[in-house]
Amino acid sequence: MTTPNDLLYAKTHEWLRLDQDSATVGITDHAQKELSDVVYVELPKPGRKIAAGEVIATVESVKAASDIYAPVGGEVKEANPALSSDPGLVNREPYGQGWLFRLKPDQPKPTGLLSPSDYATTLPH
Amino acid sequence: MSTLAESPLAPCHQALGARIIPFAGWNLPVEYTGLLAEHKATRQAAGLFDISHMGQIRARGKGALAALESLLANDPAKLTDGEGHYSFLLNDQGGVIDDLFLYRLGSEDFLLVVNASRHAEDLKVLSTAQNQDVTFTGTPGSAAGMALQGPKSPTILSKLCQAEATNPTPPARNRIAKYRIAGHEALIAATGYTGEEGFEIFTDLPAGPVIWNAILEAGKTDELLPCGLGSRDSLRLEAGFPLNGQDLSPQVTPIEAGLGFFIDLTRPRPFPGRSVLEPQKKNGASRTCIGLKGQPGQPPPRHDYPVFQGDRKIGVITSGVPSPTLGHGIALALVTTPAPSCGQDLEFEVRGRRVPVKVSPRRFIPKK
Repeated sequence: MTTPNDLLYAKTHEWLRLDQDSATVGITDHAQKELSDVVYVELPKPGRKIAAGEVIATVESVKAASDIYAPVGGEVKEANPALSSDPGLVNREPYGQGWLFRLKPDQPKPTGLLSPSDYATTLPH
Repeated sequence: MSTLAESPLAPCHQALGARIIPFAGWNLPVEYTGLLAEHKATRQAAGLFDISHMGQIRARGKGALAALESLLANDPAKLTDGEGHYSFLLNDQGGVIDDLFLYRLGSEDFLLVVNASRHAEDLKVLSTAQNQDVTFTGTPGSAAGMALQGPKSPTILSKLCQAEATNPTPPARNRIAKYRIAGHEALIAATGYTGEEGFEIFTDLPAGPVIWNAILEAGKTDELLPCGLGSRDSLRLEAGFPLNGQDLSPQVTPIEAGLGFFIDLTRPRPFPGRSVLEPQKKNGASRTCIGLKGQPGQPPPRHDYPVFQGDRKIGVITSGVPSPTLGHGIALALVTTPAPSCGQDLEFEVRGRRVPVKVSPRRFIPKK
């Protein structure tokens, strides 16, 4: 299980990559393994305003539909267009091409998120 | 408070690195290599499933047939030695307590293979027919079972059967016989829950892991994969087979579930629920089960999503899955009658949005 060092994490297994006033969100390697083969991803529309902790997307495997929560509040700027034709990217590249959406955070400094090492301690060994 | 039962094959699953989940009171593998790979292996080559959680109840004695006739909805008297059929244990309202497979091993010896979640209840119901001429044995966890399914399963099983000179040839569809494989006795039936050609193997606890490993070894050159509950569910739904607790329940009759074919109302003897089923079979029920198919790129249908015809809610999805074989959603739905016919457009609702589906035959893949 990989937990990249340059990201922040939510207890609910989303990751956040901050890049000036943009934040990219995806699900962690642990989360994609638990979900197994992703076959459908429902993403938010650009312009939607969300609060931290709100259900913002749904990732569906053959077995089940799983809610994805917004790690921070903000306005959705972009949804990953590649996932409609290739949802399996979420499994293959959870931290890369399998990102879910980008948003403009309300706060310049996100709160309530975990460091890579703190997130790693929440995972089963 | 109650602890989960462990399969006799648990050490095999552990060695294979399976992901284990709780299911119907058991710890069972949900997947090994991955649901999609296992699903595909079973459709194209072969898959091996642990079904030790399924109850194996034996009815023996000169009163066994009469006892079963008084309880089961399909007529046990139709079976010949070595033959099995699909049947039901119903309540007085015709609702499904359990759906099961009944095998006649001999004139005074029957095997019932039942759902894990209903096993204890089944034994309780069967005990109402207990007398000095019939005994019912087989409590949860007292036997091992596995299913070898897929187009290459006859090849794999033949390799093991040929090792013993006394074995009959592999059984024909819906037939069961006693075999000796991997040095152990087992009952092998040509039945399954995937829509593929295949076998179910019933044996005792110590023989379970030995036979499991022998089958995996024999299937190595045939692309056989061990398969978990995940692919078992997607495979059965593609074949249109119902799952008790979702598509079947004590509130649903087999006729409403579209399984009237397996109810025998021509025989003279009464059985529970018969008086409810007779008018349903003759005049139709107020609800019926239909198949639904979606389109690629749409959210998959799931259990409990409401189904609409225009603005009118006509029922609910009882089982739904994104079909790995077909690449779109498939579902079974219980809807009010008169039901829309095949090809008609319906919608289901998910996350506040309507998704179009078409009514389809309940068998989503071609019959093998």
